[in-house]
Amino acid sequence: MDQLLQHCLNALVLGGTYALLGIGLTLIFGIMRVVNFTHGELYSFGAYMMYMFVMLLHLDFFLSLLLAMLLGIALGAAIEFLLLRKLRGADIDTTMLVMIGAWIAMQNLEQLLWSGVAKSIRTPFPSSPLVIGALSVSWNRLFVLAVALGLIMSTYALVNRTRLGRAMRATFQDPDTAALMGVDIGTIYMSTFALGSGLAAAAGALLGPIFVVTPTMGDLASLKAFAIVILGGLGNIVGATIGGFILAFIEELGAGYISSGYRDAMGFLLIIAILLVRPTGLFSRKERIG
Amino acid sequence: MQPSFKSVIAAAGLALLASAASVSAARAQDSVKVGVSEPLTGAFAASGNYVVQGAQLAAEAINKDGGVLGKKLELIIEDNKSNPTEAVDTAERLIVKDKVPVLMGAWSSTLTLAVMPKLEEYKIPMLVETSSSGKITTSGNPYIFRISPTSEMEATAFAPLAKSLGIKKANFLVTNNDFGKGSMQEFTKMLKGQSIDIGAQETMEPDATDLSAQLAKIKAAGGDTLFVTTDVAQLTLVLKQAKDQQITMRIITTGGSVAPDQLIEQAGDAANGSYHLVFFTPWFPDAVKNPDVAQKFTSAWKDKKYNTGGLTEGFRGWDGIYTIAAAINGAGKAEPEAIREAFWKVKVKGVNGDIAFIKQGPAGKESGQNVPSVYLVKIEGGKVVKQ
Repeated sequence: MDQLLQHCLNALVLGGTYALLGIGLTLIFGIMRVVNFTHGELYSFGAYMMYMFVMLLHLDFFLSLLLAMLLGIALGAAIEFLLLRKLRGADIDTTMLVMIGAWIAMQNLEQLLWSGVAKSIRTPFPSSPLVIGALSVSWNRLFVLAVALGLIMSTYALVNRTRLGRAMRATFQDPDTAALMGVDIGTIYMSTFALGSGLAAAAGALLGPIFVVTPTMGDLASLKAFAIVILGGLGNIVGATIGGFILAFIEELGAGYISSGYRDAMGFLLIIAILLVRPTGLFSRKERIG
Repeated sequence: MQPSFKSVIAAAGLALLASAASVSAARAQDSVKVGVSEPLTGAFAASGNYVVQGAQLAAEAINKDGGVLGKKLELIIEDNKSNPTEAVDTAERLIVKDKVPVLMGAWSSTLTLAVMPKLEEYKIPMLVETSSSGKITTSGNPYIFRISPTSEMEATAFAPLAKSLGIKKANFLVTNNDFGKGSMQEFTKMLKGQSIDIGAQETMEPDATDLSAQLAKIKAAGGDTLFVTTDVAQLTLVLKQAKDQQITMRIITTGGSVAPDQLIEQAGDAANGSYHLVFFTPWFPDAVKNPDVAQKFTSAWKDKKYNTGGLTEGFRGWDGIYTIAAAINGAGKAEPEAIREAFWKVKVKGVNGDIAFIKQGPAGKESGQNVPSVYLVKIEGGKVVKQ
């Protein structure tokens, strides 16, 4: 019983970060129709910025987190401005190829700048964990869960409660009509990509101190993010959030009770199963095509 | 008549080309090439980089003493990206394009096993400096010469300690590849031979970062000891996360690629109380078999201001290149078959101890295996102590 509860607690913490990765990607895909292969690189970018601020420049941990996220937003805006803006209207394959190129270039640049050796980041949290009965969880992980949930809720509110969010949703439904109604599509695309990128960088900056930071850390993260987006339905924030938690629970319980060697495969097997039954994802709504 | 700008550029270009060509021709005559394939990026990057640093120090030291066969020893280093496909690629490139007569590599057992068929195909010997899977020397590849211990040798060396540490029930957490699973198999066999109970036997992907599920299962299994086999980056994560989950069992790492100093630096408190099987003990210079060699290596390492945490990994590169140099000198020529023959006769004073090869594997196709020294150390209060 204790073991089951510990697994559930672990999954809850892991799920928060999966969800954070997923919503950034789902926003970008839903609104811009861009398969964003640089998502994982924004994640490792966030982690490396955290390393630079905390370990090299000795800034405050929480301030570093904020700076890493803001730089992620700026980098996202730059990618949109330099690469995607010129490709608007190009077919999805062309954009995908450009993004794959950007992903490889960014990863190699990281390797060049930081070398392949893993880095670790000091945290201000107590080194002994929080203990409740037979369960225990580190303070750092609890902090990550809280911040992740906060960011997810803020994003949800931004998309559903603000003027910018309404323009985003209008663009998601039909970019041409939205443009005719006076929505500046260029601004919407840039803010969407910047927001999605900022969330990925935040996830990296949050998880970097828990794990270690390496140039290839984004690959697995990005694979999981894609899985979560597919699971939750494209462009669906609530779907991606629930999808993130589902994936975490399956991985954790699958590894705990079936086989730890197949931990990463477990989630993907479930996704295949779900897609066979519901090809548009668990929570997708009807949408107009073309 | 003034020569035109264009023709000046063209002449300069030609001159540059000619000088570049003559430099490379000179180099081809004046050097003996050794191909090195190590993981410089990807999951095992930390270790691979240390091994290469050790190898470069050895080449520098050898060249300062006059090189091999009166020529310069030249390392051609390729990054196998911690990936078996890339490992095969790098080996083939080194053999075909750079025409090296001998290789060193490829750190992880999985990477080495992937390269092995290419050695037979091109008939090029390879010195294996780190890999520990038994299969490497028992599968009948006569081009393999290994200086690192097999998992079985490590388990045998550890056997007397199992009793003195008072192990009653042991769990395993190993990386899901030939290295981790090979080690788990040999240590399980050794412990069962002493009627010690085996609890959970968990695996983790080499690039996995969240190990909470495995650790929760191990905690539930109970027991007093947890054997962990993986590289230093993942080991850092295991130690940190084991502490988060309040796992109090004694953690013992096998495989020798643990770099205790790096663990102390990166895992902090979480590293305290852990035991490590290592093949070089830079903290206790007199405990090693050849203190003068160890001293020479350690000071060369420190002169370059390399990370001292990498010494326990870097020495493999040093010993590997010295062994290769001895084989080339013994062969009297830089040709693969002669070097392969000469490996059988080398006697090298290495950092780990005296290096020489015994035969392992099916008769007629034996691989060379060294019998290295194995030491157990413990981390206590942020310091490495002898056991």
